[in-house]
Amino acid sequence: MTSITGFARKGLMLAAVAGVATSMLASAPVAAGTLKIESWRNDDLQIWMDKIIPAFNKMHADIKVVFDPMPPADYNSAINTKLAGGTSGDLVTCRPFDASLALYKQGHLTSVNNIKGMENFSSVAKSAWTTDDGKVTFCVPMASVIHGFIYNKEIFAELGLSVPKTEAEFMAVVKAVKAKSKYTPIALGSSDQWEAATMGFQNIGPNYWKGEAGRQALIDGSAKYTDAAYVNTWKALAAWAPYMGKGYKAQKYPDTQNLFSLGRAAIYPAGSWDINTFNGQADFKFGAFPPPTPAGQSDCYISDHTDIGLGINAHSKNMKDAEVFMSWVASAEFAELYANALPGFFPLSNHKVSLKDPVAQEFVNWRGKCKSTIRNSYQILSRGKPNLENTLWNVSAQVLNGSMTPAQAAAEAEKGLKGWYKPHQ
Amino acid sequence: MPGFAKSGKRFPTHIVVFLAPAVIVYTLFMIYPLLDSLRVSFYTPDDTGALSFVGLGNYETLFFDENWSKGFWNALSNNFILFAIHMLVQNPIGLLLAALLSLPTVRGRNIYRTAMFLPTMMSVVIIGFVWQLILNPLWGVAETLLDIIGMVDYFQPWLGQESTALVTISLISVWQFVGIPMMLIYAALLNIPEELTEAAIIDGANHWQVFWRIKFPLILPTLGIVSILTFVANFNAFDLIYAIKGGLAGPNFATDIMGTFFYRVLFGFQLQMGSNGMGATVAAMMFLIILTGVIIFFFAVQRRLLRHSF
Repeated sequence: MTSITGFARKGLMLAAVAGVATSMLASAPVAAGTLKIESWRNDDLQIWMDKIIPAFNKMHADIKVVFDPMPPADYNSAINTKLAGGTSGDLVTCRPFDASLALYKQGHLTSVNNIKGMENFSSVAKSAWTTDDGKVTFCVPMASVIHGFIYNKEIFAELGLSVPKTEAEFMAVVKAVKAKSKYTPIALGSSDQWEAATMGFQNIGPNYWKGEAGRQALIDGSAKYTDAAYVNTWKALAAWAPYMGKGYKAQKYPDTQNLFSLGRAAIYPAGSWDINTFNGQADFKFGAFPPPTPAGQSDCYISDHTDIGLGINAHSKNMKDAEVFMSWVASAEFAELYANALPGFFPLSNHKVSLKDPVAQEFVNWRGKCKSTIRNSYQILSRGKPNLENTLWNVSAQVLNGSMTPAQAAAEAEKGLKGWYKPHQ
Repeated sequence: MPGFAKSGKRFPTHIVVFLAPAVIVYTLFMIYPLLDSLRVSFYTPDDTGALSFVGLGNYETLFFDENWSKGFWNALSNNFILFAIHMLVQNPIGLLLAALLSLPTVRGRNIYRTAMFLPTMMSVVIIGFVWQLILNPLWGVAETLLDIIGMVDYFQPWLGQESTALVTISLISVWQFVGIPMMLIYAALLNIPEELTEAAIIDGANHWQVFWRIKFPLILPTLGIVSILTFVANFNAFDLIYAIKGGLAGPNFATDIMGTFFYRVLFGFQLQMGSNGMGATVAAMMFLIILTGVIIFFFAVQRRLLRHSF
């Protein structure tokens, strides 16, 4: 029976304590040339300390860099508070799209247009951190995540299955797994809802809505969620339900990961960040394949989603060093270092990078044969109420649960968008 | 004291001094934030974060814009279901346990009392985690246990279904907090002088009659307090649902209550940006609902109860 007021109060006190602590740090005489990086990637602390910062210091020994992460769920509200209160670090890790755009509009982030190395990024890579008119980019793109499917090679060999290329083959494979073995064909749960939308809908969808073309069409209003492309995506998703684990309605993300890494499931609809988890936990060989194409389609599309950027705090006292660090982040050296330290997070620059992790290399190879796009709800469309991304989570989970038909899901998403977004009215 | 009488009633400085610490701390950390949050509910932020006055605009949005009102009423009705389950299950069980514990012939009552109060002292995150493991359809022990008693066909992924998720979470909360009404009622029962019950027994009453005719009327004020505590706690609840179902309180908002609704509005969720103004508005509504509940309770119930002194 603890309460939200208790929760908020604790939060306030923590914030106050953190504020005092950081202001004490800030007022303490720090060595000239110290840069503090704010981040939500607390999993990466070791990698920054052991690999990335030492590599940077080989060239710039005079600039001291401190990586100061916090838990992901706290990041957005904490960074807002810190920037508004003037206690934030010099460099700020950027969430894609509106969260960072709001920080730029409030004057907390500076333009990075003139940072050396920005010419190495394509406009799609920069889209997540660029103003709507395309004029100002305020964060250097750091990493993307790619969606696809990870599969258990040993189960495939045991049952004599080959990697599916088309949707018909995919369904034949899951049918075979269900008929021939005790293994769960598809490891996916709908309890946390986001997997249904992110690993399901946004994973297989780009093939249906033709990647960037479809995404832009939704933004300019020439396509609607009720169009065949979207309804068919949900139809394809709904077809998975009979092949998911027992009680998938109450299966959470960690359950799903465990189901696969314990070798009890054949196929795992994945985000590339899962590679690292499975590298540590799975004691069998696993591989990856891109989203299977619908019948009669020869070209393929993948979700290559801009996920992490790095921006400069507009009120940093150490602007010059910050810019030096930023142009290093845009360099080929950083791209190679980061991609290999964190398999599954791929550099967004045009530098040619070779990866040591075979599965990560497999994911990144798809960029060569398929066209990349990003999740279609992220740019502009999730600004209104009801929030489109939340709606997609909700309806995609309901489609998997069987409590909503694909057509109803499409109607619900379009209705929400129509309520506030002019091009859809 | 002639000096005191001469100056009339001297200003009681010492009372002010004694009250000051509590009043200052309470005002600074409770009353001021509460009033300021009410103030913020009349403002709305623009792109740059600057607040502008909109009067009752936020309240109008909350009640008359379908995108907001649907979520609000859903959260409120779910909250009443949560409260009803606590009143109908938690408090009667608490009463029953307290009554059993206070029977003069029970052995090892301290062990029972401690065991039943233990979950209350555990972190909600742990409770949520443990129950998710127990009820987990993949590796949970619930299915095995049902299998042993031959009822495995009744097993369902209760936490994941729209029709069962809220009730399941409510019952988990009941399991955790049943210790509180039990302890309060137990303490009240111990306070009843033995002469009363002994006299009744000499007059020929059995234990059943003693409980309902003598003890129950005497602990009514405590049951009132328990009800009001349950009401306030349920309408401020947040953490168990957040720990089990996340901020979107699925499936299809079936477990969304005022606390989780408020969390999404104020702090934002995933791509949804938080809003100070609307967040404060929802918080103000929660405050009003709780205040109304407490006022009704005090005037309609508590004042009619007699306090007995022995």
